[in-house]
Amino acid sequence: MSNKIGIIDYGLCNLLNVKNAIKYLGANAEIIDTPESIKNQSHIILPGVGAFKNGMRGLIIRNLVDSIKNHVLDDKPFLGICLGMQMMLNKSYEYGEIEGLNLVDGEVIKIPNRNSANKKHKIPHIGWNEIKYQNNKIKKISNHKSVYFVHSYMANCKDKENVIATTDYNGVKIEAMINKKNAYGCQFHPEKSGDAGLDILNNFINL
Amino acid sequence: MSYTKRIIPCLDIDNGRVVKGINFIDIKDAGDPVEVAKKYDDMGADEITFLDITATHQNRKTILDTVESVANEVFIPLTVGGGVSSYQDVITLLNVGADKVAINSAAVVNPNIINNVTDKVGSQCIVAAIDAKKQANQKWEVFIHGGRKSTGIDAVDWAKELNDRGAGELLVTSMDKDGTKDGFDTELLESISKKVNIPVIASGGAGELEHLYLALKNGKADAVLAASIFHYEIFTILEVKNYLKKQGVQVRI
Repeated sequence: MSNKIGIIDYGLCNLLNVKNAIKYLGANAEIIDTPESIKNQSHIILPGVGAFKNGMRGLIIRNLVDSIKNHVLDDKPFLGICLGMQMMLNKSYEYGEIEGLNLVDGEVIKIPNRNSANKKHKIPHIGWNEIKYQNNKIKKISNHKSVYFVHSYMANCKDKENVIATTDYNGVKIEAMINKKNAYGCQFHPEKSGDAGLDILNNFINL
Repeated sequence: MSYTKRIIPCLDIDNGRVVKGINFIDIKDAGDPVEVAKKYDDMGADEITFLDITATHQNRKTILDTVESVANEVFIPLTVGGGVSSYQDVITLLNVGADKVAINSAAVVNPNIINNVTDKVGSQCIVAAIDAKKQANQKWEVFIHGGRKSTGIDAVDWAKELNDRGAGELLVTSMDKDGTKDGFDTELLESISKKVNIPVIASGGAGELEHLYLALKNGKADAVLAASIFHYEIFTILEVKNYLKKQGVQVRI
């Protein structure tokens, strides 16, 4: 049976590049925005750029929250990208305290604007940064590769077992990939990270 | 190894084709944008910037087809600039696959465009471009409309204002150095880098490998944009990165 991959459209971001990347990998992804269409997918991707509050509002007004949770409870593959990964957590402090999808325990906090030497550094964290694996739950993904990040907020998982990759931004440790059962999150953009990113997407769609 | 400095080749696009020319005279066709972008991606470009120089209004939509075709096959960040004048222009470009849109003259004419656009699509999509010309006493003035019109605005103050209005990055071009191949205006870059909290992309003047290094080291830029050294294959992107690595700069190889 071939996988059915759905990309969730919740009204705020550019989904085309994730769809393009999956097409380039030889698969097909459908853009979906209803609870019923989520039920029909074997794999779902929650992409995203923008503010946490707007993202959650977009999911709530389309009545997608429960169907996303059910998909994950059924242990079907799920991938959150950037804001999509942050929304997997319990809550964010971006523009006030906002509840997330509660798929993984943790919160979203602002990237500290001082580095490990207590010197001010630039926020957002934009550009290519190498990711390092703390453990090896996903063995197929190539290690020590740079990937493309663009974000001002970052995940802070309660249980560090859920953090499967980190990156170092001027001495600030950033959770780059999170995982719980079949739910994965990438803080970086695999659809914009060249071969290293395409490799990750390819492993995901073939789970 | 960690956070890296970026090397960004810039492609001039005229009516759907890559062109190259010396000081806009004797412009020659230099190939299909998809092929050229793929080549730069394979060579290790960290992003690609497209500058639309299509002169006639009715042909301007060709840039949309170009961006769409490139976004189908190249999976690194794509920035598009040149003649972006409204909120709708930005959205149209993002919807065909651009990751970032560069805004230049339109922001000087109406600075609120930066706030309006970034409120809706986020700061990460907007690169504010500044064309600056040196005045006396370590001052630089902002020029618009391809450098033809002076504004009386101080470039460093303007950079700070663009930062505060929500721009995600600044693309800083020295008009004195652009096309000269004798190095970036590192004083301009440093003056701006010290004042802002967002990444600064250096542009204008790349000729030697050392120029790129000095833009990053002395100019404190986060990325370097160059056109002719890559078009004319004076250096490959990999040669640039290997050189920078030897100087102790973190780059993605």
